[in-house]
Amino acid sequence: MEFKDYYKVMGVPRDATEAQIKQAYRKLARKYHPDVSKEKNAEARFKEVGEAYEVLKSPEKRAAYDQLGQGPRPGEDFRPPPDWGSGFEFSGAGPGAGKADYSDFFESLFGAGGRRTQRGFNNGRGEDHHAKVLLDLEASLQGGSRTFTLRLPEIDAQGHLVSNERVLNVQVPKGILPGQTIRLAGQGSSAGPAGTAGDLFIEVEFQPHPVYRVDGRDLYLDLPVAPWEAALGATVKIPTPGGPVDLKIPPGSHAGTKLRLKGRGIPASIPGDLYVVLQIALPAAADEKAKAAYRAMADALPFNPRASLGV
Amino acid sequence: MRTAREDALPGVIFDEYAKLSVDELSRLCAVDRTYIVELVEEGVLSVVEVDAAGWRFSGAALRRARTALRLQRDLEINLPGVALALELLEELEALRRELKLGR
Repeated sequence: MEFKDYYKVMGVPRDATEAQIKQAYRKLARKYHPDVSKEKNAEARFKEVGEAYEVLKSPEKRAAYDQLGQGPRPGEDFRPPPDWGSGFEFSGAGPGAGKADYSDFFESLFGAGGRRTQRGFNNGRGEDHHAKVLLDLEASLQGGSRTFTLRLPEIDAQGHLVSNERVLNVQVPKGILPGQTIRLAGQGSSAGPAGTAGDLFIEVEFQPHPVYRVDGRDLYLDLPVAPWEAALGATVKIPTPGGPVDLKIPPGSHAGTKLRLKGRGIPASIPGDLYVVLQIALPAAADEKAKAAYRAMADALPFNPRASLGV
Repeated sequence: MRTAREDALPGVIFDEYAKLSVDELSRLCAVDRTYIVELVEEGVLSVVEVDAAGWRFSGAALRRARTALRLQRDLEINLPGVALALELLEELEALRRELKLGR
């Protein structure tokens, strides 16, 4: 079992005061809270910090933990000493609801006691489950089934928290947006024989798409065009969710010009739009011929791109 | 429950079809109904409809209420603080999106 250095996790010295520990916890909790944080591994870090605080904020647990010393040497396996916990009374409830995911290290020392037990069948109804998935944009554009692997913490018959992997094949509703929730009726915990099962709620976010960006129901596409296509106008082939189409670029377009293709965004009763944002791509002046063309343009066009800077 | 085709579970977009009562929302969040009322009074949740049975919320209120609940419990902030945090988070999200869209 891996030894956890709770002082290191919290970034406080071993002789830190209660106030220092609380302060460190508040700061780290704000930094890594999964609803707030954009840090990588925010959720894992948040749990780790919560676990460290659970031990260090309680004088009894902290005193018991301190007796373990600095833990085994790196790479060495940790085992609680045989007389572990004698003489200490761990008062107060253990993990609070929703914070029940503690490490093996924590459980071997402080037990899983106080853990949220299975609530009784509320009005004959099983518990609802909540999960999060990353979905590809295509699933929303076309609908279709996707396989989700969900980690669902559950309390087994002995009262232990176990993390069950559950593979679900789900018909994704067409037009779902990031931030929305898919409900699967009856896929939560089962109730008694007479009751109804709870529901499964799946919060959806999108994976970044290689071509489109998503803003509500609208899609954005960056379209590189040649300088002459922007200046003179052109008809170019572009990808859309429904397949390639010809897009007319009006003469006199410039970088950042936004062209709207109505109704070609994410489907709905009023579907979103597809916005094409022009980017000017310059051909490389790789050979003498290309250089000559650029020189000819410089001679022919009285053009100061820095006019707006007053120089 | 299962469709014959591909054996896939039919998912529905909860945010759009659901019209939740205070009791349903409080059950889904596993909180007392007074907490939902407090969230409304603080302006965290908005009532989309009022019918004979009382307030109705859209399905999107579930996620918002659960986020509020987590923030309040984990960071020990009070309700006005939660409301402020949620507003700032939304603003941040919108700014990040705009940055990504390069407008």
